Amino acid sequence: MVEFLEFTLQGISAGMIYAAIALSLVLIWRGTRVLNYSQGALAMLTSFIALEIEYRTGNYWFAFVGALISGLIIGGAVERLVTRQVINKPPLNAVIVTIGLLIGIEGLAGVFFGGNNRSFPTPFSPVGLSIGSVALGITRNDIFIAGAVLLAAGLLAVVFQYTSIGLRLRATAFNLPVARLLGVRVGGMLTLGWALAGLLGALAGMLVSPSTLLSPNSMDTIFVLGFTAAVIGGLESPGGAVVGGLILGIVLSYAGGYLGSEVVNLFGLAALLLVLMLRPTGLFSSAPARRV
Amino acid sequence: MSESATLEVREVSAGYGAVPVLRGVTITAQAGTITAVLGANGAGKTTLLRVIDGSIKPSQGQIWLDGANLAGRRPENVSRAGIAHVPEGQGVITELTVAENLQLGLLLRPRSERSAALADIYNRFSVLADRRSKAAGTLSGGERQMLVIARALATDPRVLLLDEPSLGLAPKIVRDVLDLISQLKTDTGLTIILVEQNARSALAIADLGIVLNLGSVVATAPAGQLAADEALRRHYLGF
Repeated sequence: MVEFLEFTLQGISAGMIYAAIALSLVLIWRGTRVLNYSQGALAMLTSFIALEIEYRTGNYWFAFVGALISGLIIGGAVERLVTRQVINKPPLNAVIVTIGLLIGIEGLAGVFFGGNNRSFPTPFSPVGLSIGSVALGITRNDIFIAGAVLLAAGLLAVVFQYTSIGLRLRATAFNLPVARLLGVRVGGMLTLGWALAGLLGALAGMLVSPSTLLSPNSMDTIFVLGFTAAVIGGLESPGGAVVGGLILGIVLSYAGGYLGSEVVNLFGLAALLLVLMLRPTGLFSSAPARRV
Repeated sequence: MSESATLEVREVSAGYGAVPVLRGVTITAQAGTITAVLGANGAGKTTLLRVIDGSIKPSQGQIWLDGANLAGRRPENVSRAGIAHVPEGQGVITELTVAENLQLGLLLRPRSERSAALADIYNRFSVLADRRSKAAGTLSGGERQMLVIARALATDPRVLLLDEPSLGLAPKIVRDVLDLISQLKTDTGLTIILVEQNARSALAIADLGIVLNLGSVVATAPAGQLAADEALRRHYLGF
């Protein structure tokens, strides 16, 4: 029973990271109908920027804020300079462009930061918590991860639901031509959507890098699992992305805990295939089935 | 409510890619009047409205509103200049609630005016007030048409472009919608350009009628005069 609780808590912590990546993918998908395959690479890049800031200042929180700000800027710049050029083109163009970005960013990261795994600091102790003599299997850092993602998701929900910017963002995502007719500067909204996605990706990078170590390819698996979480949630639903991340995190934690860590990625891919085959619209979307 | 304004379209030509649709179209919609734009399918009526709203850039010509040439401006800037377009097929954002659709329109107004304007809209469109928290996608066809007209009014327009507002509606609802448009002119003094397949009904509430054929203006006359011109009616308007 203690083991079960331990795996569950670890799953929630990991699931929150998948949820952050999933949320960033959902933000972009809803706004532009582009699946950003470079989202993991962008998170890796902002994590390297954070690591450089941390080396120079010795302060984790400067690095944390620096990562989020660079995520905002880089995400917005990618939309404005790259993906906007393919927005009204055939869907395959966007796929190729974002895969090209992924390869380009990972290649450049290798050139500038080297290809080795680099350790990454945590803001809180990575030592496991316990109640009396019973180890809980989670750390203060795991609690920070869950809290940070929940806070980010909550803030986003408030912005989207209760502010005029959020209303403009949603209108642009749901019906861009009509939003334009109502005076919404849709170009700015698209850039803002990508910038917010970049921020979420940067957050995910900061949260996951201490456990995966940081290298140019370190976010590839996390991206696939975040994508799986987004698909489970339906790609359209921010709430679905969070729940999808949690489901995936917990399932993979049980799989890793009871069957061995070598099956975790296999289970992640199997979950993606199962959802695409059995319920391609995901668990929380009412949209028609996507072509996959 | 902003003062209405005269809209002038001068010698506008436009099309889709290399396919010309409008050929040197000139129309003037006087302030505070309803101008009915009529013609068969493919005459260029919807394209004309899309050129005015900025969705299509004209290859030549000008669109004047109060001393400013709007030709070539983006839709969001045309909207901010005071032209509201209710597109064919309604354009309700179905995922938003009725209230959110209206709030989206209100964002073009100063913050201080918004709540009073919303109260006015609910007063005029009581059916929307009753359904304000419902998803717009759950409304009936007639209610959706009310919503998009109300949302256009929420932007505080000076010119209202209506594209086939009766399309797909039951005859009783069509009458209600056309009565509403007529009432809007009386109450607000808006300049309205009405594109309508149902020429007889449109001319009944319009001040001026314009007939398009194959992208060119073939007749411009007071609505009553057009309705009385049997040859023109038979040839171009089908009634």
